Amino acid sequence: MSEARRADRAPGDEHADGREVADGLRGYLVGLLLAGFITAVSFFIAGTSLVWQPSIPIALFVLAIGQMGVHLVFFLHLTTGDDNANNILALAFGVLIVLLLIVGSLWIMTHLNHNMMPMDRLMPMQR
Amino acid sequence: MFGKLSWAAVPLDQPIPMIASGLVVFAIVGIFAFVTLKGWLPYLWRDWITSVDHKRIGVMYVLLAMVMLLRGFTDAIMMRSQQALAYKGPGFLPPEHYDQIFSAHGTLMIFFVGMPFVIGLMNLIVPLQLGARDVAFPTLNSASFWLTATGALLVNISLVVGEFARTGWLPYPPLSEITYSPGVGVDYYLWALQIAGVGSLLSGVNLVTTVLKIHAPGMTYMRMPMFCWTTLASNLLIVAAFPILTATLAMLLLDRYLGFHFFTNAAGGNVMMFMNLIWAWGHPEVYILILPAFGVFSEIVSTFSGKPLFGYRSMVLATMAICILAFMVWLHHFFTMGAGADVNAVFGIATMIIAVPTGVKVFNWIFTMYGGQVVFATPMLWSIGFMVTFVIGGMTGVLLAVPPADFVLHNSLFLVAHFHNVIIGGVVFGGFAGYSYWFPKAFGFRLHEGLGKAAFWCWLVGFYLAFMPLYVLGFMGMTRRMQHYDVPAWHPWLLLAAAGAVVILVGVVFQVAQLAVSIRRRAELRDTTGDPWNGRSLEWSTASPPPPFNFGVLPHIEGGDAYWEIKQRACRQATPDDEPAYQDIEMPRNSPTGVICAFFATFAGFALVWHIWWMVAAAALGAFATFVVFAWRDRAEDVIPAAEVARIDRANRSARASA
Repeated sequence: MSEARRADRAPGDEHADGREVADGLRGYLVGLLLAGFITAVSFFIAGTSLVWQPSIPIALFVLAIGQMGVHLVFFLHLTTGDDNANNILALAFGVLIVLLLIVGSLWIMTHLNHNMMPMDRLMPMQR
Repeated sequence: MFGKLSWAAVPLDQPIPMIASGLVVFAIVGIFAFVTLKGWLPYLWRDWITSVDHKRIGVMYVLLAMVMLLRGFTDAIMMRSQQALAYKGPGFLPPEHYDQIFSAHGTLMIFFVGMPFVIGLMNLIVPLQLGARDVAFPTLNSASFWLTATGALLVNISLVVGEFARTGWLPYPPLSEITYSPGVGVDYYLWALQIAGVGSLLSGVNLVTTVLKIHAPGMTYMRMPMFCWTTLASNLLIVAAFPILTATLAMLLLDRYLGFHFFTNAAGGNVMMFMNLIWAWGHPEVYILILPAFGVFSEIVSTFSGKPLFGYRSMVLATMAICILAFMVWLHHFFTMGAGADVNAVFGIATMIIAVPTGVKVFNWIFTMYGGQVVFATPMLWSIGFMVTFVIGGMTGVLLAVPPADFVLHNSLFLVAHFHNVIIGGVVFGGFAGYSYWFPKAFGFRLHEGLGKAAFWCWLVGFYLAFMPLYVLGFMGMTRRMQHYDVPAWHPWLLLAAAGAVVILVGVVFQVAQLAVSIRRRAELRDTTGDPWNGRSLEWSTASPPPPFNFGVLPHIEGGDAYWEIKQRACRQATPDDEPAYQDIEMPRNSPTGVICAFFATFAGFALVWHIWWMVAAAALGAFATFVVFAWRDRAEDVIPAAEVARIDRANRSARASA
């Protein structure tokens, strides 16, 4: 019956009791701190001479992925809990599309340039 | 004060646009005066324009699509007659006008006929099929519709004030750059599509959320009607693809307005990147249009064959496979742009693979009909006409997917014939099938069958007469978008194509007549049962037209073909169920937010086209203020008391019990 009651409401009719609000706020604060920390570390690493220089791009790459993870978990509430299959699938779909677009575009565009005759040779050939 | 706008922008010296726009203005003023005199204006404002009811919004979407179809079809008639007349002569349309017409035709037909038609049908039916009271975000839905209408309005304003793009329906640079298109035509195109694109994207978000989250109890994914699945796939594609369009057009806007060099020839710009990005949106777009049409046909074929859909699971799988594959084939729109053999081969093969899930669907529809008691009502005629026509279009598509063949046929009338074959045979037939199938649900009376069948036969015959010659002409080497020509062998085929367009025109006249006659005779065409076709899904379980809350009590779903199960159970019991316990229902309040936002968006778009910066700022401020007022509203819902729900639902139950 509870399931029926829940589905019987008009859209947008969610209610949050006090405990949930506090929980949510804590999550956002933790996320904010982590995100700020990772950002600060990124800026620090980028300008420092404390670490081996060639490792800096890799470190930034790793920190960027960590930043995405923090955002997904704390701000977009992507968890492994119940009822999250849709969110995970949506993320997978989005990642797939972005990868297809980026990899496909890079591949296509290098190929086009590769097969393109340089302009200075192309122009005289046209009548 | 008014930027680039001056009286010179109105083409007073050109009779054709002046007469056309004069007629349109006359019609609009006439309709407005009629509505005002009849005193319908408050009703229209209260119950339609500010409505957040998904059914009303769906109807308005379809109405927009049909009005724009008339405009786009007028363009088509002008093109066909121009090409019929312009043999060894200039015809009646000067080149700069002809170029605007084919650009406007493509833009209107895809963005303001195809899109609103399918989105309208999805809006109207999907919540009903899912057993929901409304879509997930009702006010957003209203805003989506009005933003789409804004885009359509801007395209049509360009007929009178200024000009439209002369670049084709996709504004390929460098032609569309400010150097080669200094006029406002491309700007009209870009701002109309940016504004309408926001509407499409929001609508996609809304419908994805609705299908995934808002169900009647027991309506699991694998019990959803096929139309809901294709809606899900189509809107996932909208959500994934429309941002690409928006970004690409934004880059072109930056090129044109602020001197950027994304797609220019000079300063490191790359023209090819535009083709790459626009088709990364453009190919999913054709599946955005066709997948809902597939869903419509699935519902209709199953209903009119009196059988459950054959191979439901394979149909779901095929739909979702198309949803992914749609993003893997975009290069086939520019095989000849210079990519090498391996890139072309990969994308050519990927394109051919898409034919496999599509073929699965066609066989499923045929097997659904096999052994069934097929009723040849108008929706079923459109569906069978679709199957035959679409298979031909699909085969020419697979032919074009072969890169060497594409090198011969690209940019020719063969290509034009191919995509009209799949879009008219698929999307337009699907739209009309859905229109005739669900019209009784939306309005409570059926459409006139005889006129509907006459319209179908004219469209079918006219389509073949108009487009089969274009295949021939493509093989004969005629390229697309030609304003005049002097090849004797082409002329008879173009005359035949023009005759086909006239036959389609007769079909359109039949459709207008059908609507008028059906409204006049609505008493005798009344659908009293709410289930005129002996339907199988939940939309037929409620009254026609459905009450604002759709269902008095939400149904409990125990299997696929939900309403069929309910009817079978009722037959076995021989007595109707006991009356359920009705409860108060909260429904979202109507809100003018959407239409006011779109009002400001129209001014913003127009001002951006003409560089009237103070008006841009004022309109942006107005739209933001509208949003703030909406965000601070005190009451979001109205309560329909249980007694009222019971009164409305009892009528529906008694109609069904007597049937």
